[in-house]
Amino acid sequence: MAEYVVFIYDDEQAWEAADPLTYESTLQSHKQFIAANGASIRGGNRLHPSNTATSLRTGSRGSVTVTDGAFTEAKEVIGGYYVIDAEDLDEALALARQIPAPFGGVEVRPVWSDS
Amino acid sequence: MDPTVATAVAEAHRREYALVLAAAARITRDLSDAEDCAQDAFAQALSRWASQGVPTNPGAWLTTVARRRAMDLIRHHDKLRDRLPLLVEPDLVPPPDVTIDEAPDVPDDRLRLIFTCCHPALAPDARVALTLRLVCGLSTTDVARAFLVSEPTMAARITRAKKKIAAARIPYREPPAAELSERVDAVLDVVHLLFTTGHTAPAGDRLQRRELVEPAVHLARMLHDLLPDQPGPAGLLALILLTDARRHTRATADGQLILLADQDRSQWDRAETAEGIDLANIAMRHRPPTRYVLMAAIAAVHAKSADWNSTDWERIVRLYDTLIQAWPSPVVALNRAVAVSEARGPAAGLEALRPLNDDPQLVGYHYLAATRADFLRRLGRVDDARIAYHEALTFAQNTAERAFLEHRMRELGA
Repeated sequence: MAEYVVFIYDDEQAWEAADPLTYESTLQSHKQFIAANGASIRGGNRLHPSNTATSLRTGSRGSVTVTDGAFTEAKEVIGGYYVIDAEDLDEALALARQIPAPFGGVEVRPVWSDS
Repeated sequence: MDPTVATAVAEAHRREYALVLAAAARITRDLSDAEDCAQDAFAQALSRWASQGVPTNPGAWLTTVARRRAMDLIRHHDKLRDRLPLLVEPDLVPPPDVTIDEAPDVPDDRLRLIFTCCHPALAPDARVALTLRLVCGLSTTDVARAFLVSEPTMAARITRAKKKIAAARIPYREPPAAELSERVDAVLDVVHLLFTTGHTAPAGDRLQRRELVEPAVHLARMLHDLLPDQPGPAGLLALILLTDARRHTRATADGQLILLADQDRSQWDRAETAEGIDLANIAMRHRPPTRYVLMAAIAAVHAKSADWNSTDWERIVRLYDTLIQAWPSPVVALNRAVAVSEARGPAAGLEALRPLNDDPQLVGYHYLAATRADFLRRLGRVDDARIAYHEALTFAQNTAERAFLEHRMRELGA
């Protein structure tokens, strides 16, 4: 068994412009995903919008600069994540396919394991 | 070194490498370790076959040696010890007294290996490189040379792909039935890319690269043998055979390109042509026909025609119409326009080409300009044709293709 993090990327502006039905159906899809795969889901959360983010960037001499906003500037930003257990990548991708991301997509990353 | 032994080992390497590596990988669960085991088996073959003779079933011999080596490796691999109970299947331990030649039931894990190398989670160039390296057994040097990149670049590409397979746990198994056809398609794309890159090298002095064509034929045949009920592999093998059958007629002795219209069809490889037509017919029985099956069916129409003019162009146009449904692509539309021009004249061809002129996917694709040039030439619109040939020459990079375009332009007169 291996652990993966699934990052949910979405276009926040598209979300702001979206109608409430999209929001409602996305929420339902998350609930269905969790209900159907409870045994494989270790955790996960929804995040506040990226304009609430604060980034700390390490400079050349080890100095740290504090800035407002997400670490990288991109149209799609991380809006939430799941931590899942899967036997292999195919199983992880099959789970990730069920996660709604109407204005973007998801990224599946294996968690480093020391064993 | 006995030359017959060296030849036997080289032949076994070419034919059986995937079988040997795949069997070792089932035990090591690590492709690099499995490569070491396969390497070791072929090295042992060189010395043991010289003293004991070439075994009746070289593949079984090599596979058994590689699996034993893999067993030793994981037994002595401290870092893997905690995974042992999970990995070792009891039937895999060969009894100590069995002679290798008698080795029964060698498991055929080649499909696992192929599906791993062609996994959609890997970058397309990595899939091709891994397949050549691990399924066909080409050296990294040869893979690098085939793709005109430096050896360190190719070595890094292969290493990166293997690391991703290990870290992300790309599974070493055949996909479940529900995903099979999608995953088979991904494998077919890799083999087709390999073939087309070899059949018409995108750049360089040679029109063809046999060192890519031959592994592509070998892979397509292997896939068809392993998945005989799937139409896709049969179709791709048919397409490759029918296309490759024309290899001796595609260029003059001094390297000038000869178009399909002008090729000497009596020189097409008869055995490849006959096998290709049979396979295409069988694959076409599956409904609906898929991409490579339709491409093979089109190639089969050409193979059955005595010459360009007596070709059933209306049938080819119909096949292209179906192909565009199965595989919407501007390149298919371009080829369809060529068929339209033959069935209904160059003006109709030019009309079919019109929607493609602004297609962003075809920007810089020299065949579009070359095709337009040919239609204009046939319509007697010499000035427009010349402009189009100029445009095609701006983008064509293969020496033989450039020479052809320059020749056509000269024919138009100054």
